Amino acid sequence: MSPIHDQGYRRYGGLKARTGTGWMVITRAGIRSQLAKRAFLGLLLLSFLPFFARAIQIYLAVNFPQTGDLLAVKPDLFRQFLDQQQIWVFFITVYVGAGLIANDRRANALQIYLSKPLTRAEYIFGKLAILMAFLLLVTWVPALLLLIVQIAFAGNFTFLLKNLYLFPAITVFAFIQVTMVAAAMLALSSLSKSSRYVAILYAAVIFFSQAIYGVLTVVTRSTQLSWISFPANLSQLGDVIFRMPSKYDTPWPVALLMIVLLIAVSGFILERRVRGIEVVA
Amino acid sequence: MPETAPVVTLDNVTVTYAKNAALRDVTTAFAPGAVGLLGPNGAGKSTLIKTLLGFIVPDRGQMRVLGLDVAVSPLEIRARVGYMPENDAHIPGMNAVSFVAYCGELAGLPRVDAMQRAHEVLFYVGLGEARYRNVETYSTGMKQRIKLAQALVHDPDLLFLDEPTNGMDPKGRDEMLELVRDLAHNKGVNLILSSHLLPDVEYTCDAVVVMDKGAVATAGPIAALKQPRGRVYELRVKTSTGDAESFLERLRAAGLECHATDEDVMRVFVPGEGGARELFALATAERVQVRHLRPSVPTLEDVFAHAVGEE
Repeated sequence: MSPIHDQGYRRYGGLKARTGTGWMVITRAGIRSQLAKRAFLGLLLLSFLPFFARAIQIYLAVNFPQTGDLLAVKPDLFRQFLDQQQIWVFFITVYVGAGLIANDRRANALQIYLSKPLTRAEYIFGKLAILMAFLLLVTWVPALLLLIVQIAFAGNFTFLLKNLYLFPAITVFAFIQVTMVAAAMLALSSLSKSSRYVAILYAAVIFFSQAIYGVLTVVTRSTQLSWISFPANLSQLGDVIFRMPSKYDTPWPVALLMIVLLIAVSGFILERRVRGIEVVA
Repeated sequence: MPETAPVVTLDNVTVTYAKNAALRDVTTAFAPGAVGLLGPNGAGKSTLIKTLLGFIVPDRGQMRVLGLDVAVSPLEIRARVGYMPENDAHIPGMNAVSFVAYCGELAGLPRVDAMQRAHEVLFYVGLGEARYRNVETYSTGMKQRIKLAQALVHDPDLLFLDEPTNGMDPKGRDEMLELVRDLAHNKGVNLILSSHLLPDVEYTCDAVVVMDKGAVATAGPIAALKQPRGRVYELRVKTSTGDAESFLERLRAAGLECHATDEDVMRVFVPGEGGARELFALATAERVQVRHLRPSVPTLEDVFAHAVGEE
C-alpha cells in the first residue's frame, strides 16, 4: 500500500442513514455548539442556584423538624420552584433561541439544509428540540430531581405516595411551558435575520402583554382579562395542574386556548418562513 | 437506469411568481455527464434548479431526477444530488471541516465517515490548509470552494452548480473550472452547471441547454450545436459609394444572415451548400469588391446569440 494518502476525490462506498433522522443531527450540533460557549455554561450554572437552595431547604426540613412551617416541604414547593425558574427560562430562551433560525437566514443556510434529504418539518423540529432540551434542563429536570432529593433525604416514599400527582403535574406543566416558549421564540426567530432584533422582539411581546394586562386590571378592577398576558395564562394553567387556587378570574380553558393558539400561530409563521427560497413578490 | 438515459427530464413545467412566469412550459432533458444551463440573467436557470430540488412547486408539469419523480420522492432525490447555491451560504459559527462534516451527516453519512469525507473533499477543492478556519472569515473564492465541498461530501450522483465561478479572481476561476471538469470527466459525477458565462460552459460541459425568458431556446451537445447548417464567413467589402448597407440588404434578401462585427467586417451565414461562391456571385451582381473572405469557426457564443435572438 502506498504510504502517500490520495487527496483526490473518491466515491463513497459506505452506507447512508435512512431519511427522517436529520433533525437529530441538527439538535446534536446545536446543543454541542451552545455547550461550547462559556457564557452559556455560566448561565446554566446560575439557573441551578434555585435548585440548590430548594435542596438545602428540603434537607433542613427533613432533618430539622423544629423549623416547622417555615421550611416545610409541601406540594406547592414544586409549583413555586417552577415559577422561580421562569426568569432562567426567559434568559435561556433569549440566549439560545433568538439566533436559531435568524442566524441561518442571515447566512442563507436554509437552502443548504433543505437541499439535503431533510423536510422543513424536520428542520423546524431539530431547531425546536435544541431550545426545548435546554429549557427542560432548567425546569423539568431540576423539579424532578427535587422530588428525588426529598425521597433521598427523608429516606422514605411517604411524601411522594401522598402526592403522586406531582410527577405528572411537573411533567405536564414543564412541557406546556417549554413548548409554548420555544415555539413562540422559534417563530420570532424566523421573522428576522438579526438575532438581536429577535431577542428584543421576544422581550417586548412578553413584557408588553403583561403590561397591557396590568393596566387593564387596574382599569377594570378585575383579572378577567388575564388571557391577554401569556405569563398569566401559563400561571393560570399551572394553578390548575398543581391543584392550587386560581389567581385569575379567567376560566382555565380560555388560558389553555390562548396557549394553543399561540403555538398554532407560531407553527403557521414557521410554515410560511422556513423555505428553501425567499420569494419577494 | 442505462448510462445514456437522461439524468433530468422536464415535461411542460411552468412556474409562476405572483403573475410573472419564471418557467414557461419547459420540456427538456439533461443527458448524463456535464450539461451547461446557459442563459442571460433572469432566463429562469436558478428557478429551474430550485424547482428540481423541490424548493419551488411548479404550477404544472412533471420532473424526474435520476429516474425519480420530484413530486413523489423529493427526499430520495436530495439524498443523491448535491447543490451549490449561487449566493453565499454556510452554517454560521462553524469552521470549514465541521461545516462540511455536518452537511455530510445531514445527507445521511455516519458521523465518522462524514468527518473523513469532509477532510478529503476539503483537500480536493483546495481548502485543506484552511479547513480549521471559521467559514465566515473566508474570502469570496474560498466561500465558492466550500460550497462545492458541502455539495460533494455525500458523494452525489448529480451536482447542481449555480454560477460556481461567481466573484472569483481569474486564477481561482480557472481552478474551479478545472475541478468541475475533473468531476464530470474523470470522477463520473453528472453535473448541471448553470452559468451566463459561455467560456465556463464551453470548457466544462459536453452539452448545453440554452434558456431565455423562462423557456428553452435550444439544447443539445455543444459540438452538434456548433455544426452549422451552412457556413459562416468573415467578409470585408469595398463599395463604390463607401456604404455597404445596400449590399447587406441584398444579402439578406438572398436569405443570408449578416451580422456586423467590426467597422468594416461582417459575419455572414450562408445556409446550404452554396458557400463562398454564392457570396462572390452576389458581390459581382452588386458591383462590390470583396477585399477579405475567410471561413469562420462557429463558437458557442454564436449558438447562444442565435438561440436567444441576439445580434
